[in-house]
Parts: sequence; C-alpha cells; structure tokens
Amino acid sequence: MALTVVVLSVMVAAALWSVVTLTMLRAAIGLALVSVLLAVVLFTMGATLAAVFELSVGAGLIPVLFVSVVSLTRRQQQEERPMVRRIYFRRFWPLPLVLLAAGIALTFVHLPIAVAPPVQEGGPRAIFWVSRRLDLFGQVLIVVAGALGIVVLFKEGPK
Amino acid sequence: MTGGGESFLLLAVFVILLVIEGLYCLILSINLLRVLLGLELLTKGVTLAIAAAGFASGRIASVQPLIITVIIIETVVVAVASGLIVAIARRHDSLSVRVTRKLKG
Amino acid sequence: MAYAFLILPFFALILVNLMPRRLRAPIAFGLTLALFLAQTAAALVVLLSGVGGLAPAAAVAAPISPGPGIEGLLGFHLHLDLWSLLAILSAGVVGAGVLPVGWSTMQDEGRRLIFASLLLINLMGINGVALATDLFSLYVFIEVVSVSTYILIAMGGEGDAIEGAFKYLVLSGVATVLLLAGIALLILSEGDLSFASLARAAGKGGGLGRLGVILFAAGLLTKGGFVPFHWWVPDAYTGAPTAVSALMAGIATKASGTFGIVRVALALSQGGGAMREALIGVGILSIVVGAFAGLAQRDTKRMLAYSSVSQVGYIVAGLAAGNLLGLLGAALHFFAHAVCTSQLFGNVASVERATGSSGLDRTGGLGKGMPVTAGTSVLASLSIAGLPPLSGFWSKLLVVIALWQTGHQGYAVTAVVASLLTLAYFIGWHRRTFWTKPDAAVRPAVEGGAALLVPVIALSVVNVGIGLGSPFIIGLFVR
Repeated sequence: MALTVVVLSVMVAAALWSVVTLTMLRAAIGLALVSVLLAVVLFTMGATLAAVFELSVGAGLIPVLFVSVVSLTRRQQQEERPMVRRIYFRRFWPLPLVLLAAGIALTFVHLPIAVAPPVQEGGPRAIFWVSRRLDLFGQVLIVVAGALGIVVLFKEGPK
Repeated sequence: MTGGGESFLLLAVFVILLVIEGLYCLILSINLLRVLLGLELLTKGVTLAIAAAGFASGRIASVQPLIITVIIIETVVVAVASGLIVAIARRHDSLSVRVTRKLKG
Repeated sequence: MAYAFLILPFFALILVNLMPRRLRAPIAFGLTLALFLAQTAAALVVLLSGVGGLAPAAAVAAPISPGPGIEGLLGFHLHLDLWSLLAILSAGVVGAGVLPVGWSTMQDEGRRLIFASLLLINLMGINGVALATDLFSLYVFIEVVSVSTYILIAMGGEGDAIEGAFKYLVLSGVATVLLLAGIALLILSEGDLSFASLARAAGKGGGLGRLGVILFAAGLLTKGGFVPFHWWVPDAYTGAPTAVSALMAGIATKASGTFGIVRVALALSQGGGAMREALIGVGILSIVVGAFAGLAQRDTKRMLAYSSVSQVGYIVAGLAAGNLLGLLGAALHFFAHAVCTSQLFGNVASVERATGSSGLDRTGGLGKGMPVTAGTSVLASLSIAGLPPLSGFWSKLLVVIALWQTGHQGYAVTAVVASLLTLAYFIGWHRRTFWTKPDAAVRPAVEGGAALLVPVIALSVVNVGIGLGSPFIIGLFVR
C-alpha cells in the first residue's frame, strides 16, 4: 500500500515536471515516465494485460509521436524559445502550490462509499471476444480511421 | 493492496491531482503540442480512475478490457492530433495556440 | 440481422479500397451511395413494420449468441429498438445526401476515396452508437464518430479547416474525459454499465452514482454541442468542408451527443426528477442561445451552426419532458432537423460554388440564377423555424405541448418565441442571399451541377413528405 502511494506520488511529480519543463522533448520523456509508473500501478492492481499495453503504448508509441512532431517542426519550435521562459513561468508557477493544497485537502476527505459487490469473472481474452466483441469492432474502425487520417494529413503540404 | 471503498478514495486523490495538472496544462499552454500533453495527462487520470473503480469493487478482470480499449483509442487520437499539429505548423509557420485562438468562440 | 448495419458498411469499406485503379472512383461512389440508400430503406421497412410506443422495447434484434465458428463470428450483442432505427434511418438519409455534395466539392480522386471511406466509418460509428448495449460501447462508437469527424473536417478546402479540426479534437477529448469519469464512478457504485444500471444510479440515492450519471451526461452534452458546452460548434462547422458540416449537423454530432442523451433520458424516466429538470433547462438554454446567436451572424455556416445548437435543444427538451408527446416530438425533430439542416448546408455548398464564399456580405441577388437552391432553402428554413405544414412544425408543436403538459408553461412560451427568432434570421438570410439586387460586378450565378442539386431536392421532398405525413405518424402512436 505504502509502495503504491510512493509510486503514485512520483507519477504526479513526473507529470508536473513534464508540464513545466521548457522543451517539448523533455516533456515527452516526462509523459513516458508517467506512463511507466501508471503501468506499475495497474500491475499491482491486478490488471496485468492493461499494464503491458500502457507500458508499450504510453512509454513507447506516444513519446515517439511527440518526438516526431518535435523533429518535424524544428523550425517552428525555434521561434518559441525566447518568449517561452518568461511566459511559462508566469503562467505555471501556481501549479505546484495548487497540487500541494489539493493533495493535503483531499486527504481529509472521508466519504462513505457504497461499492457494488464483486463478481466472478472470466479472463480478459474471454471477455474481449465474447461479451465485448462490439468494442473490438469499434476499435478496428478507429484504427482504420486513424490510418486514413495520417495519410490525409501527411499529404497536406505547405500551402 | 486491498480493495474496497477506502482504496478508491486514496487512488482518487491521485486521479484528481493528475486531472488538475492536465487541465492546467491544457488551458494555459501556448504551444499546441503542450496542449496535447495536457489532454494526455487528463486521459491518464481517467484511466487510473477506471482502474481504481474496477479494483475497488473487485471486478478488475472485467474492467481490464475497458482500460485496454481506452488506451488504444487514446493512442489513435494522439496520432491524429500529432498529424494535425504538424500540418498546422507547416501552414502557419508557428506552433502557437494563437493560431487556433483566432477562431472566435 | 441487426448486425448487418455494421457488417455491410465494413465490406463496402474494404471493397472501396481494394478496387483496381481505373474502376475505383465511380464504383466507390456508386457502392457507397447504394449502401446509404439501402440502409435508409432497410431502416424504414423495419421501422414501419414495428409497432408500439417509444419506450425502449426489448431487442428486436435476433440475438445470435456468439460462439465459435463462422456464424458465431458475426454475432454481436446488439440493442435494437425504435430509437436505434430512427438514428440509423437518419444516418442513412443524411449520408446519402452528403456523399454527392462532398464528392463534387473535392476534386482529387485520392481524397474522394478517403472521403468515402471515412464517411463509411462514420456511418458505422453512428450505427454502433444506435445499437450499443451499454455505456462503454456507447463511448467507443462515439469516439469512432468523433475521430472520423476530426479527419473529415481537416480535409476541408477552407483555410481554417485544420485549425478547426484541432480545436474540435481537444474539446471533444475533454468531453471524452468526462464520459470516462462518469463511467468510472458508475463502475464503482453500480458494478456494471448497462442502461438499466444507469437508471438505477440516477434514481436511488448514492451520491457517487448520481455524480457518475451527471458527468457522463455532461460529456454527452459537450459532444452534442449543447449550451453551455457549445463553444466548439461554430468554428468546427465553419472550418469544415461544407459537406462535412452537413454531415456533422445532420447526424454526426447529433448521434454523438443527442442519441446518448436519448439513452440517458429514457433511463431517467424511471426516476431522477431533479436531473430531468436540469436536462430540460439545458434544452431550453440551447434553444434560446442558439436562436439569439444565430441572429448576429454574418457568415451563413456560422448561422446554421447556431441554428443547429438551437434545434438540438428542442430535441432534448422533448426527451426530458418524458411524456409520450415529448418523446414523439423529439424523435420527429431528430429526423426533421437531420434532413433540413443537411439540406441547408447543401444549399450553402451551391452558393459557395457560385460565389466563392458563404459570407452574408459577399453573396446576394442569387435568386434569379439559382431558383432550385432558393426554393429548397426556403422549404428547409421554414421547416426549421416551425411553420406548417412542414416537418419542423409538427415536431416543435409536440415538444411545446409536451412542455406545457408537464407544467413548464414558461419554457413552452420561450420555445415558441425562439422559433419566431429563428424564422426572423432565416428570412433575413434569404433576403440578403437570394432576393436583393445582384451586384453588377459579380458574375451571374448559376446552379451547381446535379451532384449538388439532386440530394438537396431529394431532402426537400423528404422534408415536405414528413410534414404532410406527420399527422398520420402521430396518429399511429397516440391512440
């Protein structure tokens, strides 16, 4: 339990870092870190398959996408440099304080929570293929749409 | 970690913290890619929330496919968003949110 | 059987993309159009042969239990009721109308194919939303519709297309977060995500369950573009290629949000009085804000975008009112709005083609050269404003009566006033676009080709037909 709290706290800190850090490259690394830690938490909760997905996607695919965007827009990123430091500091400095305050305030919250009773369950493979088949179809559609989207967007040259 | 309402509350604290970070980043960022970062953090927050809900009510195995689905969908959205950002950057020669701001609400 | 609505478009999608080079374009067009029309016909047939009230009847779908083997392979658990058919029918009609318009406004063949493919995916998304059995599947297919819409918007010719798409993506993404948050809370408090448990969570106590329902509903309202979450609507609609705006207004954003609200409202009908009141409030707010904002617009697409916000307000108000007339009015308006608004965007496409713009200041005096466009847009506008004997009149009338009957007289009056405002700005638009003297310097306007005119005429016919047939339809349900 204590371990989970530590992991989650580091996760929140990593997220904070990725929000305030100056370059998007570092932000991508921060996001990857958040994903890794989230995957760990998922694992300890028993969602092992989900943890693997989160790890490979969140700490793999998504940071790669971010880095690709950065490298493809290098020139535009350069424009940003001078003004970034000042502006971002002015905008983002309250964030850590807000988080701290919220964190402390929330630990005092005690709600009675009525939780639904647990049930007997099948393995993920069974669930996906049997009772959630429709979702599987939906996911296929989304992936196809995404692929078409990438094709369309990369044909957009500078106008 | 044991299940039950208590553990949900604990996890919920972190969910809320993540959501705050995500929202803050999304609303106040100037760089479009950073706005996307904010959206990502928000999504991770709710993913944690769903996992926590499943865990706390003892049905993590049924919730797992949901989490996986959310991750997949989230990935496609990020991919499309990245493509849009690159296209916008090329067109306007800037990554600033000012570009979208000019579309009046 | 019901899964045909999902499987057939999928096969069409595969075929469209695998055709040999030379045959591709015309086959893609024909196939996709045929599919949309087939969907419309099928939905109509099933709808007419169905009988009974508008309560969520038990699944008309033949429940094919998924097991191993080919037959099992194709089986989905689906929830088919009259509302599903309504959405499927609307999607078919709007899709059939949008395809030709989009086809003619996109020149490059590669883009046309991608347009058709995305349109098919969008359609499958809407069908999925209509047939979903629980809240999570609803979310998944709402995302299918959203993602395909993001890309469709980005394909726009207009300068702001890609930026509009990004803005829409971000706001829609926040809506998704709301949906998922609601789902999380419902998992916690109810354990499962069926529509029945939604009803339970809304009805009985349990703060967390209630909060879950509210969050989920908020996500749906944002996706659907209701006030006060409507900020993304005008920009998204204006930046998109006009055909896509037609799609969005007619069915895509609607299916996303409004149909979800249909499910929520139906669940609330067993309890949750306070939430229903809130929902009616949201509806009225949308009606009013949409009407007032529409008045101030200088660009036709923006004006139509706000009008659309106003119309979905009527639908939600009727749903939340909960009685038979309210539900019937909402259903009719769902369809009427889909048909009329899509048609109006089709008209705008014609205007854009003739004059190169959709701004009110830059178009004018088109009446002589474009009689078809002028005429059909009159019909659609009047229908939306609620004039008899057109479709919009009946649907709005029912909603107003339902509001009156359920003790919301003030709201009923407001709805009527808003209707008059809507009439006002549509007449204003008409005058400025079609009836003023054409500027001598502007080249004479001519109607666009068949691809632009046929769908618009067809939709007009449907509009008038529904209007004339409404008393009969109403009679079927009110005994």
